[in-house]
Amino acid sequence: MVSDRADHRDRLRALEFDAFVAGAGGRLLHTATLLTGEPPQPPGAYPRAERLLHAALCRTYAEWDRLHGGDPYDLARRELALRFAREARRHQRPRGGLLERLTPVERLVLVLRMYEEVGEEQTAALLGLPGDRVRAVCARAVAALRSAGRGRTAPPAGGRTAGAGRRGAA
Amino acid sequence: MSGDRPDPREEQVRRMLDGPHPVLPPDLAARAARRGGRRLRWRRAAHRTAFWLLAALLVAALVRAGFEQPWTAEPAQVTPPLEGW
Repeated sequence: MVSDRADHRDRLRALEFDAFVAGAGGRLLHTATLLTGEPPQPPGAYPRAERLLHAALCRTYAEWDRLHGGDPYDLARRELALRFAREARRHQRPRGGLLERLTPVERLVLVLRMYEEVGEEQTAALLGLPGDRVRAVCARAVAALRSAGRGRTAPPAGGRTAGAGRRGAA
Repeated sequence: MSGDRPDPREEQVRRMLDGPHPVLPPDLAARAARRGGRRLRWRRAAHRTAFWLLAALLVAALVRAGFEQPWTAEPAQVTPPLEGW
């Protein structure tokens, strides 16, 4: 029966998806928190990052059958990055996270290149930017983050100790 | 990608970014699967509807062509002129 087979596929997909989220969800949520640049607002929760990740995972689930052996992590990360790029204007305000001083595009490029270790050309293709622009934005973000870290001299988890002095530099 | 030697500045930034993973809300996967499943079913239904609509259109066109038979020559409306007798 066709419906039996469809049921079976639905159940299999749900199982695979649960296993994928259990394995990769924490890392993806960390990526999302770096992107949104928010501190845990009710302690331990990141509402914006969780909303972003939820939307990306919905798309990942819907596209699951079309993966055909491709990496679901790549798909989820791609959805996360594109969704963040689309709503970047909503994430402009500094919120006290580690990357709060960077602009949304700088955060996105930095996280993709340095944390997710996506190649330069892949990042450029994903965001629709020229490769040298990706390199320039990444270098700028690295410099800004290092100077902020030096000024702060605290472990990166401590949020809002540094003053909001250097916003125009980015 | 980034060459053979790792840039120490980049290494420092990597260490800064690499923190402990936050705890995933326990119902996030289930919620995402539910909404993703809804999207999937909706998309499938839309595809199925489009397919059957096209199939019905094709059948209708074939049936109409069978009745009208547009490939046969039209019967002459005018008697040809009678010449040469």
